[in-house]
Amino acid sequence: MARISLEHIRHAYSDKAKAAGDYALKEVHHEWEDGGAYALLGPSGCGKTTLLNIISGLLQPSDGRILFDGKDVTQLSTEERNIAQVFQFPVVYDTMTVFDNLAFPLRNRKVPEAEVEKRVNEILEMTDLAGMAKRRAQRLTADQKQKISLGRGLVRANVNAILFDEPLTVIDPHMKWVLRSQLKRLHRQSRFTMVYVTHDQTEALTFADKVVVMHDGQIVQIGTPAELFERPSHTFVGYFIGSPGMNLMPASIDGASARVGDQTISLSGAPAVKAGGRIELGIRPEFVRLGREGMPVTITKVEDIGRQKIVRATFCGQPLAIVLAEDDEIPTDAKVSFEKSAIGIFVDSWRAKTETARQEG
Amino acid sequence: MEKTWNNKAWFLVLPVLVLVAFSAVIPLMTVVNYSVQDTFGNNEFFWAGTDWFTQTLTSPRFWDALWRNLVFSAVILAIEVPLGILIALNMPKHGIGVPLCLVLMALPLLIPWNVVGTIWQVFGRVDIGLLGYVLNSLGVHYNYTQDPTAAWATVIVMDVWHWTSLVVLLCYAGLVSIPDAYYQAARIDGASRFSVFRYIQLPKMKRVLLIAVLLRFMDSFMIYTEPFVVTGGGPGSSTTFLSIDLVKMAVGQFDLGPAAAMSIIYFLIILLLSWVFYTVMTQSDAEQG
Repeated sequence: MARISLEHIRHAYSDKAKAAGDYALKEVHHEWEDGGAYALLGPSGCGKTTLLNIISGLLQPSDGRILFDGKDVTQLSTEERNIAQVFQFPVVYDTMTVFDNLAFPLRNRKVPEAEVEKRVNEILEMTDLAGMAKRRAQRLTADQKQKISLGRGLVRANVNAILFDEPLTVIDPHMKWVLRSQLKRLHRQSRFTMVYVTHDQTEALTFADKVVVMHDGQIVQIGTPAELFERPSHTFVGYFIGSPGMNLMPASIDGASARVGDQTISLSGAPAVKAGGRIELGIRPEFVRLGREGMPVTITKVEDIGRQKIVRATFCGQPLAIVLAEDDEIPTDAKVSFEKSAIGIFVDSWRAKTETARQEG
Repeated sequence: MEKTWNNKAWFLVLPVLVLVAFSAVIPLMTVVNYSVQDTFGNNEFFWAGTDWFTQTLTSPRFWDALWRNLVFSAVILAIEVPLGILIALNMPKHGIGVPLCLVLMALPLLIPWNVVGTIWQVFGRVDIGLLGYVLNSLGVHYNYTQDPTAAWATVIVMDVWHWTSLVVLLCYAGLVSIPDAYYQAARIDGASRFSVFRYIQLPKMKRVLLIAVLLRFMDSFMIYTEPFVVTGGGPGSSTTFLSIDLVKMAVGQFDLGPAAAMSIIYFLIILLLSWVFYTVMTQSDAEQG
């Protein structure tokens, strides 16, 4: 268990990287607290796995240092860093039994056999594989194999951190839920530092205390699930988290009010807007009200997704999504209004600070 | 599942059957025909029954050739398989080295058998051959035309030179199909270099190794051209393998009957040994489950 600090880490897969665009991982400077459960969330190709492999030591970063509890481990091998990692696709040692697979990381480290037996049996119990301990791993199904991979990650008692690289991709939805809750419980019991890479927001939001959102090789926001939802600090977070994502529309700012098309929307405070920046107004579909009062809107489509209705509309020439409860009425000749506290102003994709009054968080 | 019977389906396999019949079955049957008859020329044949088979199976000449051939196959398998694995493990997996190594490895395979024989025949000559001349200058007595040990060494080294590449290429194909995640997981699990080989690489290479062993066994058991060109089966009959013996009998002495009987025995031995290899090597697959 350790506090992991990343100091100005950058990584490029080619040796001749010059421009910022050559880096798969742009500068990351962040501290992972001891015992935290983190999720690394982002679309495919945003650098999540690169960052994970740098932490585990499978990759050497092009620049920067990694510290475990203040000790520089940048040059240390994966084994010396004492880290467990679970990969996206199942890795099992075909010729070994399930038991031997799980015992492998312990036996390689010369753990006494009695201790091996105890740990492996705990893991077998946890992953529901106890019935097949003596079977060869080769003929198992994909999700059983992945459970073995997961088990090998969890079997060591004294690791500095456990890293998960989209571990539940091949597991069927029901089992996903069960395993995730077990991981969560295990985290509460053991207080291992856990980093969980995923592109699935539900997975990230349910697993982690802190979610790290990555986009295009950099970290755009670190926060609790609620913070990410209510105060996205980057338009990407607004778009990526939530379903449907945040409504974004080009705007101009005049003191404490914003203009979108020919409509003026009053804000809770005057945002700090630098001149020449591209300004956008963002509002989550959950905070758009549909009623008889407000600004004109044209409704184009209503999607009923069960417990909610998603209304697709056009507002000042911009697409606008609105989330309504299952039995909310859609009035004829509907008008929209935005909940003032939920409006965010973004300058060049980054959230602008409000000068006069803090927005509700 | 219920099988659908449709006798018209036979027409679909007919072309292949005809082709195989002409290329394999009919020639084989003529051999069977010769093996049970005797002739004194003039195209007159007499029924000989199992005489030729009895004669072959009781002749020390046949058993000697068979024994030499078995030793030869065992020796080259024992050298080529481990050597091939070792080379494949050390071949680069990325970059410019890959095509370079592959071409280098494929080169011996592209050379025709008789040319390989000629190369080594010249290479090993005491008077003008680089190998033979240098060895003798260094005081090593080496002359493959006089010394059976030297002849055997030459034939074995030649076969290793010619065919190890095949094992290398097959193993390499098996190795590159292993996803990186396996090696990464092994590093995370703290596996030693030997464990990586024993638990990741070897199991993944098993299927291609089976093919390599089968191919090398069958080829070496049928070897003819190279030793024939280099040693001609000599000195004496020390490198006379089954096929060389067979050709001597069939073409040299024109004993068609005994040669045909020997061919059939020879064929059955190859079939039997290949089956044994296959069964033994796939045994562990069937055991589990």
